[in-house]
Amino acid sequence: MLSFVVRRLAVAIPTLLILVILSFVLMYAAPGGPFNSERPLPPEVLANIEAKYGLDQPFWQQIVNYVWRVVTAFDFGPSFQYKDRSVNDIIAQGFPVTLTYGFWSFAVAVVVGVSLGIAAAVRQNSWLDYLAVGITVGAQVLPNFVMAPILLLLFTLWLGWLPGGGWNGGQWEYLVMPVIALSTSYMASIARITRSSMLEVLNTNFIRTARAKGLPMRRIIWRHAMKPAILPVLSYLGPTFVAMITGSVVIDIFFSTGGIGQFFVNSAFNRDYSVIMGITILVGALTILFNLLVDVLYAWIDPKIRY
Amino acid sequence: MTIKTNLMATTAAMLITAGGAVYADGHATHPETGETLASEQVFTYRDLDESPSIDPGKAEDTAGGDIIRDLFEGLMGQDAEGNLIPAVATGYTVSDDNLVYTFTLRDNAKWSNGEPVTAGDFEYGWKRAADPATASPYSWYIELTTVANASEVIAGDMDPSELGIKAIDDTTLEITLTQPLPYFPDMTTHYTLFPVPQATIEEFGDEWTKPGNMVSNGAYVLTEHVPQERLVRERNEMYWDNENTIIDKTVSLIIPDENVALTRFLAGELDRTEVPAGQFPRLAQEYPDDIMSVPQACSYYYTINLTDTTNPALLDPKVRQALSLAVNRDVIVDNVLAGGQKAAYTFTHWATAGFETPETPIAAMDQAARDAAAKELIAEAGYGSDNPLSLKLIYNTSDSHKSVAIAISQMWKQTLGVETELANQEWQTFLETRGNQDYEIARAGWCADYNEASTFLDLMDSGSGYNDAKYNNPEVDALLAEAKTAADPQAAYTQVEQIISEDVPIIPIYHYAAAKMLSDAVEGWPYNNFQQKWYSKDLYIVAE
Repeated sequence: MLSFVVRRLAVAIPTLLILVILSFVLMYAAPGGPFNSERPLPPEVLANIEAKYGLDQPFWQQIVNYVWRVVTAFDFGPSFQYKDRSVNDIIAQGFPVTLTYGFWSFAVAVVVGVSLGIAAAVRQNSWLDYLAVGITVGAQVLPNFVMAPILLLLFTLWLGWLPGGGWNGGQWEYLVMPVIALSTSYMASIARITRSSMLEVLNTNFIRTARAKGLPMRRIIWRHAMKPAILPVLSYLGPTFVAMITGSVVIDIFFSTGGIGQFFVNSAFNRDYSVIMGITILVGALTILFNLLVDVLYAWIDPKIRY
Repeated sequence: MTIKTNLMATTAAMLITAGGAVYADGHATHPETGETLASEQVFTYRDLDESPSIDPGKAEDTAGGDIIRDLFEGLMGQDAEGNLIPAVATGYTVSDDNLVYTFTLRDNAKWSNGEPVTAGDFEYGWKRAADPATASPYSWYIELTTVANASEVIAGDMDPSELGIKAIDDTTLEITLTQPLPYFPDMTTHYTLFPVPQATIEEFGDEWTKPGNMVSNGAYVLTEHVPQERLVRERNEMYWDNENTIIDKTVSLIIPDENVALTRFLAGELDRTEVPAGQFPRLAQEYPDDIMSVPQACSYYYTINLTDTTNPALLDPKVRQALSLAVNRDVIVDNVLAGGQKAAYTFTHWATAGFETPETPIAAMDQAARDAAAKELIAEAGYGSDNPLSLKLIYNTSDSHKSVAIAISQMWKQTLGVETELANQEWQTFLETRGNQDYEIARAGWCADYNEASTFLDLMDSGSGYNDAKYNNPEVDALLAEAKTAADPQAAYTQVEQIISEDVPIIPIYHYAAAKMLSDAVEGWPYNNFQQKWYSKDLYIVAE
């Protein structure tokens, strides 16, 4: 197991490096640059700015310098767009925000989704099952960019219960709508996967044996069916968790949370090279980390799996 | 009634017990108008996006400018009508040759740390903004003032210390220009020319603009700044005119989606936000007291590529005239946009100071006459139903640009039989395509840098870097050069507008208007300030 983890971590480094180089190349291949605007800068001013950010150097030199700075100093450089801030600053401010609402959304999606899925599977074809399936289908056809404005109208304009957006240090009333909007469709997917996987497990021979032995249903589900049923859900949860904690541009735009999702998308439009790179590396590293974590959990849950 | 009596009783009690607290209790009245002021003097407004910088020397956008004008104060300011008023400077004198300006600074202006604001702070600010090491995206503004040696300093050929600005003593600032510029004092209301605190910048480096670090000389100080979320500025106790400032706190919230912002405005969370495209007529009917539409210093136009990479048909002035004539601007402003914009037949915005919109044949006709003339011209150029002209039009991705482009392509088709292929491009790609003359017709917009017609018309100069049409008419160049030094440049501007309406390197479409929701309770808004330079210190909130 340990050697597996070490091996996987060793592979992660070249993976990240390829990610960096690929992003760099794609970024430069896109037309335009960070300092183009409706009002083009006079050439001498543009030259001053490019020199300041090292954009006057040859391409390979820029990559080497960049990687060197990231590896040795963990410095992602200054933002090209937000001249008062460094990329480290932007991540330090935006990531905790998305981490907070992403974590809560994840928790809600998992708890509600798994419970709904199990309940539906156990009481297959009952009113509970139909209700659960109905809810999940409904939730899935309501993407967050539709949910967000509806929540806003309901809770802010009509009921006046919740502030319409902002973060304010993450007080609960600012968290409610982002969490609902972000978790809904994930919750639906989790419920659906859990239900079908649980149904499959409940129809296997070892469950029938357990029932024949006269074990109570509760015990069968929690003790015997849960572990195998949760494996497919788990492999979905790894990347989902990363997607949720690295933010959603929709949530950031509709609820003005100041999270990292919006910086990510804006940086691509603004050609803010250093911010694109910084957040890409962050997301890449987290994805690798959580995939690894899921693999380790797999082995722990299912003893048949060995690495 | 009872409520009122109770309130009065409370006031009386307060008067007896706490004296001065009456003011804080909110029963204060405005010193001039006598209106009752709200107890909470907080102004909250929506911004579309985080500003690239709030460092006066590095800032580059309008929203950043709004923030900086609260935090810092320049030599001169603007009043609600856009007239020049004293700010840190109490006044200025100018030499006989109109080249040397001497500003006298007030001796009671202070930084928020209590240090006096001196002429040296301005000198430092200007030299810093021009210094290539600062890499300011707005250093060209310094060049625009024609201050001595600006171009050389920016190009790195001269040391910043050679810039033509000198602090004679703490309250006397001397600025030397290379050519007379009648609107120079007005240019000092722009943030690039504001003073900055040298000691603070040297202590904190790039971190100096963070709350806690920043020292500023305006009516407000920065107290909170969460990028992409909010920026809060609060009353600066050290400000020389603090006693006449009424708003205690101004909050700008970043809300990228304009419909979300509108919902939050209607829920009472905001005092000001933009009117979403196309919703002006409805909102004006439902909320007549909370809506405004004021001229905004920008022109919307289509630029026509006149280089050899263009469609050869566009090199014929008759075709260009026909295209311009066939655009029914009234339909665009009244039906497509419907936000108080005005049809444009000149490049210069109609509300520009000292500018009189000249008579041009196209403006004098009605649309039926224009369409008839357009049909004649396109036939003379050899195009018609048997030989239809096809054109390509590009615009940057936006719903509003798309609606305008579709409407215009329909007008061209109906009137002239011209087939237009529309293409939208993402912003950065668009800029590159247009800047490289890799287009036939492209959407464009231009906003005034200062309130004078040359800020628009200089784009028609063959040497202008922003002349994307690559229009080249020596007569226009000569007239523009003449206007720079003329006592009354209007005659030259009239001629330039008339020439470009004949040559049609660009098709002016409309002059912008800013349609905004502004809470009825907010008073003091400078509706008539053409550049919409507003200062929180001039606003106040009246009690409901």
